[in-house]
Amino acid sequence: MTKLTDLTIAEARAALEAGDTTAVALTEAHLAAVDAHEDLNAIITKTGERALEMARASDDRRKAGRRKAGRTRGALDGIPLAIKDLFCTEGVRTTAGSNILAPFVPPYESTVSANLWDAGAVMLGKANMDEFAMGSSNETSAFGGAVNPWTRAGDPETRLVPGGSSGGSAAAVAARLALGATGTDTGGSIRQPASFCGIVGLKPTYGRCSRWGIVAFASSLDQAGPMTRTVTDAALMLGAMAGHDPKDSTSAPVPVPDFAATVEQGIAGLTVGIPREYRPEEGLSPEIDAMWTRGMEMLRDAGARIVDISLPHTKVALATYYIIAPAEASSNLARYDGVRYGLRVVDEGDSLHDMYRKTRAAGFGTEVKRRILIGTYALSAGYYDAYYLKAQKVRSLIARDFRAAFDDGVDVILTPTTPSAAFPLGQEVTDPVTMYLNDVFTVPTSLAGLPGLSVPVALTGEGLPQGLQLIGRPFDEDTVLRAGRALEKAAAFTAKPTLLEG
Amino acid sequence: MSLDKETVRKIAFLARIDVPDAQLEPLAGELSGILGWIEQLRAVDTSDVEPMTSVAAMTLPWRDDVVTEGDDTARVTANAPDGQDGFYLVPKVVE
Amino acid sequence: MDAPMDDTPAPAYVIRGDTGDWEVVIGLEVHAQVVSQAKLFSGASATFGGAPNSHVSLVDAAMPGMLPVINRVCVEQAVRTGLGLRAHINHRSVFARKNYFYADLPQGYQISQYELPVVGEGTVILDMPDGSSRAVGIERLHMEQDAGKSMHDQHPTKSFIDLNRAGVALMEIVSKPDMRSPEEAGAYLRKLRSILRYLGTCDGNMEEGSMRADVNVSVRPVGSTELRTRCEVKNVNSVRFVMQAIEVEAARHVEIWEAGREVTQETRLFDPGRGETRSMRGKEEAHDYRYFPDPDLLPLEFDDAFVEGIRATLPELPDDKKARFIQDFGLTPYDASVLVVDRREADFFEAVAQGSDGRRRDGKTAANWVISTLFGTLNKRGLGIDESPVSAENLGKLIDLIADDTISGRIAKDVYEIMVETGEAPDRIVEERGLKQVTDTGAIEAAIDAVMAANPDKVEQVRGGKEKLLGWFVGQVMKQTQGKANPGMVNELLRKKMGLLDA
Repeated sequence: MTKLTDLTIAEARAALEAGDTTAVALTEAHLAAVDAHEDLNAIITKTGERALEMARASDDRRKAGRRKAGRTRGALDGIPLAIKDLFCTEGVRTTAGSNILAPFVPPYESTVSANLWDAGAVMLGKANMDEFAMGSSNETSAFGGAVNPWTRAGDPETRLVPGGSSGGSAAAVAARLALGATGTDTGGSIRQPASFCGIVGLKPTYGRCSRWGIVAFASSLDQAGPMTRTVTDAALMLGAMAGHDPKDSTSAPVPVPDFAATVEQGIAGLTVGIPREYRPEEGLSPEIDAMWTRGMEMLRDAGARIVDISLPHTKVALATYYIIAPAEASSNLARYDGVRYGLRVVDEGDSLHDMYRKTRAAGFGTEVKRRILIGTYALSAGYYDAYYLKAQKVRSLIARDFRAAFDDGVDVILTPTTPSAAFPLGQEVTDPVTMYLNDVFTVPTSLAGLPGLSVPVALTGEGLPQGLQLIGRPFDEDTVLRAGRALEKAAAFTAKPTLLEG
Repeated sequence: MSLDKETVRKIAFLARIDVPDAQLEPLAGELSGILGWIEQLRAVDTSDVEPMTSVAAMTLPWRDDVVTEGDDTARVTANAPDGQDGFYLVPKVVE
Repeated sequence: MDAPMDDTPAPAYVIRGDTGDWEVVIGLEVHAQVVSQAKLFSGASATFGGAPNSHVSLVDAAMPGMLPVINRVCVEQAVRTGLGLRAHINHRSVFARKNYFYADLPQGYQISQYELPVVGEGTVILDMPDGSSRAVGIERLHMEQDAGKSMHDQHPTKSFIDLNRAGVALMEIVSKPDMRSPEEAGAYLRKLRSILRYLGTCDGNMEEGSMRADVNVSVRPVGSTELRTRCEVKNVNSVRFVMQAIEVEAARHVEIWEAGREVTQETRLFDPGRGETRSMRGKEEAHDYRYFPDPDLLPLEFDDAFVEGIRATLPELPDDKKARFIQDFGLTPYDASVLVVDRREADFFEAVAQGSDGRRRDGKTAANWVISTLFGTLNKRGLGIDESPVSAENLGKLIDLIADDTISGRIAKDVYEIMVETGEAPDRIVEERGLKQVTDTGAIEAAIDAVMAANPDKVEQVRGGKEKLLGWFVGQVMKQTQGKANPGMVNELLRKKMGLLDA
C-alpha cells in the first residue's frame, strides 16, 4: 500500500471513507515526517498535540456516522494540513515570519483557517515564509530560510530555495510533510514556490477567499489559496477555504461552486490565449520556452484551440507592483509599533518615539524595511501623483488588457510561471531588482485580481521542476482548474523531490 | 530618480525606523536603484485613465449599527508588552 | 430660507493696532461625534466612558489581519447632517488613510476622507444677538475615526492608553473662512450645535468632547482682501474658549505683523488658564500624512433614493422654525432665534403659545414669559426644559388668567412663583388663595374713599393740578386690596372721584 504521506487529499479522503486508515494514523505519519525533515525548516511552529486532538475528533465523528455540520459538510474531514504563518490561528503563535510578531499569540482565528477546521481539516503546524510575505525565496524569514526538497541532478550538496513567500508551505507539501497547505499570494507568492517545488498552487480571484485574520501585506493584492500535489486536491481545498465573509469588505458575495465536481470535465472547445509579451526577446530561457510550447501542444491535444493574444502592458507590471505593494505595506505595517502586541524595544528614559524607531528597526528585517521605505516615499508629499497614482492608473491598463483578451473569446491564458527554476540559497539577495524579476510572470495576474494556477509540467535539464501558469476570468477558477487538470494529465508529472529518494 | 541621504533620513523618520547614519548613504543608493528601475512607468500614457479602485465590480458592504463586540479587555490586551488595570502602557508622552 | 437676511456686515470687530485697524478672518473645523450604537468600522460600543479598553474590538485594537466594515447608521447620519446644512451630497466618496504614529492611534493611520468627502458645500445661517443674520459657508463634511485617549498623570514615567474612543465615528465639518469676529465664531458653533441636535446626529456635548473645534485664525488690515498666514488652534472644547482663543490669537498676529515680522503657519494649543496660545511646533513639522485610498474599503456609494429616504425624515430645522415663529406668532427675529436654539424649548414655547384647545395666545406675551421668566428660573436652578417645574399647559393658563382679567400682571408674578414651588395649576392657586382680581366697583370705591378720607391734603394737591400724586393713590388703594384690585379700574375711578375726568 502507498505510504500515508504519499497519498493525495482525494486518495486520503477515499481511504478514510473506506476505513482503510484513520485521521490519527494520517496525522501521526505526517507529524513524524515533519520531525524527520526538520532540516527543511518548513514548519516553524509545530502543533502536534492540537493536530492529534483534531484528528481524534474527526475519527470519532466518522465512527459515529456524523459529518461536520458546516457549509462544506466535512469536505476535508481528517486531512492534515500546514498553515502558512500569515494566517492568525487562535492560541497558536503567528509570526508572519517576523521578529516583530515573534511573541504574538492571536486571540482569534482567520476566516480561511476557520473554514478549513469547519470542513474537518487537521492543523499540523505553521509554515515558514518570507517576512510579511515579502520575498521570492523564503530567505527573508526571521526564522531562517526554508529549504527546497529538490536539488539539482548530480549536485545534492547545493541547497536550493523553495521560492517565496509561501516557501515553507511549498516545501512541506512537496516533501510530503502535509497533504496540502495554505498559501497567500500578493504578486506570485503561491505560484512561484509551487513551481519551484514541483507542486500545484492556486491564487484565486481577489475576493474569493476572505482576508480577515490574515496578516496584511498589500490589501488590494493579498489573496489566500491552496497548495497541493494535484489539481483535484487544489479544487477540494479551495472549496473549503473560499466563501463570502461579511467581515471583509472586499470579500465577494458570490457562491462557491463545487470545483472538484467539474475538474475532470475536460477542455474540448476551450480557447487558450498565448500572450506574446511573455516571450521577451531576451530573458526567457530556451528551455522554459520549449516547455511552454509543449504545454500548448498538450492543451491542443486535449481539444483546446490555441490563439496568440497581446497583453501590451505586461512589461510595466512589475514596476507597477513594486510601487503599489510597498505603498500599501508601508501603511499596513504601521500597526507594529510595540504598543499593543509583538516586540517592544525600549531603554530606560526612552521617549515613545525612541520606542517606535528602535522596535521597528529591530523587529523588521532588511527587505521589509526596504519596502516600507520605498512605500513611504511613494506616498509622501510631492511624489504621490508620480508614483502611487501613476501606478494605479497603469494597473487599470493592465487589467484592461486581460479584459480585452477575455472579451475576445479567450477562456484561459497559458504562460510560464517563473522565468527560471529554483536557485541556490544565498545567491540573489545582493540586488533586490534581480530578486523581484522572479515574479515577472505572476505579478500581472495579481494586479488584475485574476485567478492564476501553477501546475508542474516537467523537469528542467538540471532536474528541477518547472510549472506553467493558467490564468482565468474573475471568479472562473472552475475553468482554470479544468484546464490545469488537463495539463496535469498530459504532463504526467510523477517525479519526486530528490531529498525523498535518498 | 535619485534619493539623497537627507531624504532617506526623512522617510525613515516618517516610517519610525531607526537607520544608523552610516547606513543612510548605501540605503540611498539602493533605493535610488529601485526607483530608477520604476521610472519606466513614466513612459506609459495614462491620460484619461482612471486609477484602479477595485478588482471586481463590487459595492461597499454596510454593517448594521449593532454592538457585537467589546467587554473583552483581557482579550484585546493579552499580547500587550506592558499594561496595567486594563490600559496599554507606553513611555510617558510629553505634550 | 425664509429668515430675514441682512447683507450689511455685523458691527465690525476691529483690532486697533499702532499702524492701523485690523480685522480677523476665522474658519472653523468642528469634529462632531456621530450618534450611533457602534463604531464607524467595528461592532464595539460607541458609548462614552466605560472601563479602560472595554469598548474595544479586535479591529479597534488594530490586531493583525483585522478589517474595517462600515456602519450604515454612521453613513445615514453624515448624509442627514449634510442635508441639515443645505449641502451638496456626494453619491460617491472615498475613504483614505491618514498615516501618522501616535500611541492612541492603533492602526498607525486614521481612516478618513480626503479628496472625495461624503458632503460638499453648504451653508449655516448665524443668528446674531442684534437680531440680524449672517451666512457662513460650509466647505465640506467628511467621516473619520476618532483616536483613543492617552493619560499622562497616572504614572511618573508612563502614559496610559485607553482605546474606548478609538474608531468612534466623527464628522469633520469644515467652514469657509467667512467669520470676522469671536462673536460670529461663537454664534456659528451654537448654531451648528443646535442643527446637529435637531437632527439627532451629534449630542453636541462639548464637555465630554463629542464636539470640539479647531480654529483657523488670520488677520489683515481693514479694507484689505488678502488672506495672510493662518494658524490653527487645535482642539478647543467650549464656545467660550473658542471666542477667547480667537481674541488672543488675533492680537498675537497683529503684534507680530506690526513688529515687522512674519506669522508662521503652525498648529497651536489654547491654554485657558493663562489665556494664551502656544506652539505645538516640532510635533507638527515632520508630519506628512501620506493620504491614499484605503485598500481595505471600496468607494462609498449610494443612490438618490437613499438620500431622499433620509430627507423625508428630517425634522423642521431651526431656521425654518424661526421663520414660522416670526410669521405665525409675530415674534421678533431675536426672540424667535432664542426660542429655536433647542428643539424641546421651541416645542415648549409652541405649546404655551398654541394652547391645547387650538385657541392661539398672544405670541409675544408667551415668548416673554418663556424667555424672560421661565428660562430665568431654569437657569437659576440649573434645570433643563424637560425638568421645568412649570408645565407648558400651566404657563399657558396663567397667561389666559391675565388676558381675561382674572388676575393682574402683578399677581401673576406671585402666582408664577407659587407654580414654580408647588407645580400646581394657576387657576387652582388663584382660587384657593383668593387671588382673584377685585372688579367689584363698590369694593374698589370703598377703598378709594377710605384712602381719600385719610389723606385730604394730598387730595387737595391733586385737585390743584399735581396729577403725579395720582400714582401714589393707586399704590395705596392696591395696598388696601392686597393687590387684587384691577389697576385699570382703580385708576379710572380715582380720576372720576378726583374730578379729573371730563365725562
